[in-house]
Amino acid sequence: MFMKLVEIENLSVNYDGILALEKVSFSVEEKDFLGIIGPNGAGKTTLFSCMLGLLNNYQGEIRFFGTNIRKSKQYLRQIGYVPQKPTFEKNFPATVAEVVRMGLRKNQKDNVIDNVLQKVWLHELSHRRIGDLSGGQQQRVFIAKALVSEPQILILDEPVTGIDLQSKDLFYQILRDLNQKDKITIIWSSHDLDAVAKLAGMVACLNRTLFFHGISEEFFHNENLLKMYSESSMQMHMHHHEN
Amino acid sequence: MGFEIISYGFMQRALVSGIAIALMCSVVGLFLVLRRHSLFGDALAHSAFGGIAAGLFLGIYPMWTAFIVSILSALGLTKIRQRFQISGDATVAILLSSGLAMGVILISLAGGFTVNLFSFLFGSILLVSLENTILILGLAGSILIVILLLYKQFVYTTFNEEQAKVSGIQVEKVSYLLVVIAGITVVSSMQLVGILLTSSLIVIPNVTAMLFSRGFKQTTILSMSFAVFSAVIGILTSYSFNIAPGGMIVLISIIIFGVSLGLKSLRKNKFIRKPITARS
Repeated sequence: MFMKLVEIENLSVNYDGILALEKVSFSVEEKDFLGIIGPNGAGKTTLFSCMLGLLNNYQGEIRFFGTNIRKSKQYLRQIGYVPQKPTFEKNFPATVAEVVRMGLRKNQKDNVIDNVLQKVWLHELSHRRIGDLSGGQQQRVFIAKALVSEPQILILDEPVTGIDLQSKDLFYQILRDLNQKDKITIIWSSHDLDAVAKLAGMVACLNRTLFFHGISEEFFHNENLLKMYSESSMQMHMHHHEN
Repeated sequence: MGFEIISYGFMQRALVSGIAIALMCSVVGLFLVLRRHSLFGDALAHSAFGGIAAGLFLGIYPMWTAFIVSILSALGLTKIRQRFQISGDATVAILLSSGLAMGVILISLAGGFTVNLFSFLFGSILLVSLENTILILGLAGSILIVILLLYKQFVYTTFNEEQAKVSGIQVEKVSYLLVVIAGITVVSSMQLVGILLTSSLIVIPNVTAMLFSRGFKQTTILSMSFAVFSAVIGILTSYSFNIAPGGMIVLISIIIFGVSLGLKSLRKNKFIRKPITARS
């Protein structure tokens, strides 16, 4: 049995009287590849914001490596984070290598940058300006930046939104290698059920509250669960339209 | 005249102060420009005007009151902006007009000042004293050392605040430090180009450098070079032709920007950009 790296207990978040998350509990073990699925507005980004210490106004408890994150932020050193769409000034004058260097820890040497850029197939573009790259390439730069500090856990928030198919496939291949070859624990939120079915060993299905957490095959072979997921997605979709 | 003018004490002080201020403005300005705070320097300068008027009114050395007023008001407004989610441009407008209003009121209360406010408005680098030159050198040196020591934190928070926060950087503290540094830079640079032209030294060399460079370090070095060149040539030519140095320095930086734009568009027309060929 692997060690529990992340434990979330009864996590609830209230935005001005509206419950964004309600009593969410699950855990992530070492070397897990967890896919978090859920419709728009299901609370995936809120969940990640709490986990990353960006949102502190929550009830419940979040533990990383056995320590409550309210007590110490040391856990962040072991986390690599790739946001949904990295926002930066389009003409920001930074090369690919400089962006990756931002993720370096104090005592690390620069040669790690080349290695990590090779992992994401971008070593040839290390001297390019980040703004000149395509959306898919930029996301790979952000994976490289997240990986350069050699984290134990990689957290990705819908990282392929708005990226072309070819880039998506390459992105998924990189994620698979990171989990299987480099043994990095991955927590990944996605809309893409097919990709989650192919890549993730574990699935958490979120729609304000967690209504499934378990082995991926169990979720994708259970028609009732799939039906429940699509109905809740539809409801959420209609709710958005009504608003 | 030739190199003879460099042998004058006042010219040596002006050049040394000018170079130090140019270096400070270009480095600090790059962070402001990239955070879309280009006009923040202008607002700081205007609030410093209120500080200068307060100093003259109270009989205190006006540069000290300018430092205090501009830094405190900038910190206060940054706090208000974060707490009440007021947009950056509105903050700039408030800071700018409140400083100017304070200055105008104090001047009218005093019935006008005997000291020439013109030198604060348009700069008086050729009149800079040895004490002020040493002060400027000390401030510029300290600011450049702080930026060098916290280089990663400044670059990362400028690039993406959320990600910087996740990586463990104390983003708010870095932002406050930048505001303080910007305040010191702006008040120091008033001696070179004056309140009304300060923001140009902060913005123009950086925008020019960004036309050519790919990386952050490259941009910083280019911007510093443009700023120092503008300051040195501006001071020398202004003396030779008896023109206000502040205006001349800014004019030269604008000429460099114009020439750079021309070169850039020529290069764009001449060469087709290489496509990015790595796996997409």
